[in-house]
Amino acid sequence: MKFTNGLKDGLPIALGYISVAFAYAISAINAGFPFWFPILVSVTNFTGTGQFAGTNLIAAGAGILELITTMLVINIRYTLMSVSLSQKMGGGFPLWQRALLSFGVTDENYAVAIRSPKKLTFGYLTGLMCCSFCGWVGGTALGAALGDVLPRSLMSALGIALFAMFVAIIIPAARDDKKVLLLVAMSTAASCLFYFTPVLNRLSDGWVIIICSVVCTAIVAFLFPKKENGTDAGGGQNAGDAGGNAPPEGDSAEEVQK
Amino acid sequence: MTLKSMLIGCLVMFAVTYVTKAAGLLLVRKKITNKYIQSFLYYIPYSVLAVMVFPGILFSTASLWSGIAGTAVALILSYFKRGLLVVSVASIAAVFIVEQLINFIA
Repeated sequence: MKFTNGLKDGLPIALGYISVAFAYAISAINAGFPFWFPILVSVTNFTGTGQFAGTNLIAAGAGILELITTMLVINIRYTLMSVSLSQKMGGGFPLWQRALLSFGVTDENYAVAIRSPKKLTFGYLTGLMCCSFCGWVGGTALGAALGDVLPRSLMSALGIALFAMFVAIIIPAARDDKKVLLLVAMSTAASCLFYFTPVLNRLSDGWVIIICSVVCTAIVAFLFPKKENGTDAGGGQNAGDAGGNAPPEGDSAEEVQK
Repeated sequence: MTLKSMLIGCLVMFAVTYVTKAAGLLLVRKKITNKYIQSFLYYIPYSVLAVMVFPGILFSTASLWSGIAGTAVALILSYFKRGLLVVSVASIAAVFIVEQLINFIA
């Protein structure tokens, strides 16, 4: 698992990032920012949704507190990913490497790193993150410099790139593991509930991701815990004696599965 | 927008984003042994990704029909375990073709 393996795995991410970052730069320029601003934000932030929201807030003259709160809500999912990635990495990473790799935690880098069957190395992770970072910053710079040059049809088609990549990560896992399939089905149902229900759909994406994923995952982890080696630990029969916080989760399970 | 408001804004965005990203990697360095938390961390990526993908993927393109076509292609190819790049490019192509067809008919 070398730097070059990482670069190769980062390629589909970079491809998807170019279009998203391109769109971000154009929206920032249209909001009245000078061309260097979206590039500076992309270089320092390296996050999708958060950049769109934050840039819009700055354009609207929002206060610092509002900016902090919005960024926190949208980005708090990274903390979940960061904890999960930290477990997968295990020991052997000095603090400075962790501090550096932290910057590259994005939905896509995380998703690719976590599904890797081999042990993660510093070289692999930096390769992965460098490649996608280049796509991200490159796409932003192109968008800022060129503006609305790509045909609308191409931009539209590229819009599905990152979603399709996520599908390619969850479907094979769901096919092999019935519990993952159940989790994916529950999460999809919960997400649709928040997307289509009148009052619930006013909640921001950041909250929806956190609420749906934490509740659904807690239910599945509680019912089907895994042992150290990845096999099942006996399933539902010992579910009753383990959790003081079971009732609220049970309720939402019924909600979700309706 | 003044230069000052842009730079301060960017700094705030950077700080909050970096803190959320680094919290887990820097603060939770020990191996977690509790089997429920372990299981939670094993399962969470699939849930987060599913929530982010559905139903957003259907509305990620210019028309619902091209979104459906792209989604179908991605689902089928990934069911047969094609790689990330293949699934992604095929899905983009499906969207592009369907949108050309729609334009052609309309």
